[in-house]
Amino acid sequence: MIDLSYIQKRFDQLQASHPNDELASLRTEAFNRFTRLGIPGLRHEEWKYTNVSNLFNNEYQQALSASALSGIDQSFLDSIRLPGSTDADELFFVNGRFISSLSSIRSSNDELIVISLPEALKSDFAAIVKQHLGHSNRYLEDGIHALNTSFINDGVFIYVHPHLKQPGDLNRPLYFYHISDVRDNHILSQPRNLIFAAGGSRIQITETFATIGTMDNLSNQVLEVVVNKDAYVEYYKIQNTVNANQISTTHFHQTGKSYVHALSLTLNGGTIRNNTNLILDGEGCDSHLYGLYLINGRTHVDNHTLVDNRQPNCYSKELYKGIMDEYATGVFNGKIKVERLAQKTNAYQSNKNILLSDHASINTKPQLEIFADDVKCSHGCTVGTLDENAMFYLQARGIPQQNAKALLLKAFAMDILVQIKPDRLRNYVEQLISDRLLINE
Amino acid sequence: MLLIQDIHAETDGKKILKGVNLEIKAGEVHAIMGPNGSGKSTLALVLAGREEYEVTQGRITFFGKNLLELSPEDRAHEGMFLAFQYPVEIPGVSTTQFIKTAVNENRKYHGEAPLDAVAFLKLMKEKMRLVDMDQSLLTRSMNEGFSGGEKKRNEIFQMAMLEPSLAILDETDSGLDIDALRIVAKGVNTLRNENRAILLITHYQRLLEYIVPDFVHVLYNGQIVRSGTKDLALELEEKGYDFIREESESSVSATQPENISKT
Ligand SMILES: Nc1ncnc2c1ncn2[C@@H]1O[C@H](COP(=O)(O)OP(=O)(O)OP(=O)(O)O)[C@@H](O)[C@H]1O
Ligand SMILES: [Mg+2]
Repeated sequence: MIDLSYIQKRFDQLQASHPNDELASLRTEAFNRFTRLGIPGLRHEEWKYTNVSNLFNNEYQQALSASALSGIDQSFLDSIRLPGSTDADELFFVNGRFISSLSSIRSSNDELIVISLPEALKSDFAAIVKQHLGHSNRYLEDGIHALNTSFINDGVFIYVHPHLKQPGDLNRPLYFYHISDVRDNHILSQPRNLIFAAGGSRIQITETFATIGTMDNLSNQVLEVVVNKDAYVEYYKIQNTVNANQISTTHFHQTGKSYVHALSLTLNGGTIRNNTNLILDGEGCDSHLYGLYLINGRTHVDNHTLVDNRQPNCYSKELYKGIMDEYATGVFNGKIKVERLAQKTNAYQSNKNILLSDHASINTKPQLEIFADDVKCSHGCTVGTLDENAMFYLQARGIPQQNAKALLLKAFAMDILVQIKPDRLRNYVEQLISDRLLINE
Repeated sequence: MLLIQDIHAETDGKKILKGVNLEIKAGEVHAIMGPNGSGKSTLALVLAGREEYEVTQGRITFFGKNLLELSPEDRAHEGMFLAFQYPVEIPGVSTTQFIKTAVNENRKYHGEAPLDAVAFLKLMKEKMRLVDMDQSLLTRSMNEGFSGGEKKRNEIFQMAMLEPSLAILDETDSGLDIDALRIVAKGVNTLRNENRAILLITHYQRLLEYIVPDFVHVLYNGQIVRSGTKDLALELEEKGYDFIREESESSVSATQPENISKT
């Protein structure tokens, strides 16, 4: 049995320091759930192939307030900045805490508002926050998710105003940088944020992760996004940190006919679990989920997706592709739920994989739960190796084996890469991938 | 240029080539004919370096180098080109990207700087005109959804771009209409000069009217059982392979192809 008493201690500390805050009862309720459920082991149906319990053999420190953090120099921050950062809204989190001194909100107040959750609960947004914060708890009923909720603290609430500019152009991109500072301690980071895209708003969000230092780090991060009628949300997640252990949850709640385009990209990491939920709670939602995992070493990536069709006439498309080399292991679990009301659902899912080594593996599983009768659902998965005929064809034209391989792998990844809509972000990602595959162009 | 001596090759324990001998000198055009399954493509793939076919006996030298020790890419760099009987589709890699990479990798091997975008485009336009290739194929994924004829034309286009010393064309004429056949022939004849050689694998005399060979060989059951001039192709067209079969069966002991081909 893992000794989690240090977590209890931290929890008591947090509650004691924020006794009257609006979030206290949410935390208490979640902590009770955490105590009851514990860390999921391999016997838990949703965690069968991803061992997170052994990540808790360490005793981690958690930062309970932002003020205790300091000493990350500018050059490090610049090295992790995403392209176009100088005209983006940039939010920096260190060890799970929002650091306003590092962050820059360049949008005006009538475009986008960023305030801390406790502040939001005292503002005009209180009703919105109360209604939506924790919506994901209904869908992720395990100790890990409860653990994050137990430590909800100073995360941010972001209100995206309806679009003011020309139709077609977006607000500034919104960048989240999650930094684990593990120079002195093993760290557990638990960011928890909420975005509310108001009716008719448009926003493009990217979350990226970085580590400084060599001690162990575990990030258990949750972002909830409420997407109102006629809102348009693009979302990108970039995971490219060696040895970073991560449980990363992105929960979209489409409350009216709206558009979501979400993509997660994993190039490096230790043990990674991504939960991506799309709750289609409005008639005629249009939703697109993409993922690419290109992993080697002993990296483990588990992509759990859920598309819950609750209203009629929703369209969803899901495509995840993976390339696993050396001892890397992948998991894809794609659940599509079509509720009784959700007639004329059109849901498409596909997962394609290439294994480059005999030791690499993938577990892929579609899960369809359909309670309506007039629906179109399709799913498929493939697991293959590099096409030898294509390899030989390239080599016979004088392209060296290593480059031929890189060219074919990049081609395999291409139909995900083209789904990164902002040019500069796509170029940035393509470069990361070329570097990984040693393509010199 | 190319000297093939007593080559035996097999795959999955199946013996396909059973002692092939052939010499190709610079400036020459050779044609290999032979019934289906006799080993023509296998010979071409062995020359190009396909590992699937294991060479169990014999030697091949190419410009004096031991060819069998070279990787497929180095064989290409040394001037070998195989136009595939079945060109491979490569989704996600555009024809332009494919050819640009190939051209520049070959230049790199020879210590030349990569072609810049303008020079490459110019070269590509010129060669496309030569083989009358449709511009729209360039931006599409390599061979994906190309018609049979378009794939073959694409092979000749690549050959024109890479300007190899030895071009091996494995049934590039199959499935081509008359106009396309003329275009392929034009592509090959443009390349032809005293420093280069061409090996044509074909079933039809027709191609040989456009690209007149210096030598014609018949590959039968893994061996070259007969060699001659272009008249041999005419004779085959007339009589079929039956007379070769009879000859070859009546001279089972005469395994040296030289003995058989002497007329
Ligand atoms: N990879 C392989 N595995 C098993 N058998 C093979 C393989 N490749 C070729 N063969 C066999 O070797 C023999 C020669 O094949 P090859 O393709 O060289 O014939 P070919 O002379 O080119 O015929 P065609 O005129 O039909 O193109 C055939 O019987 C074929 O089935
Ligand atoms: Mg053949």
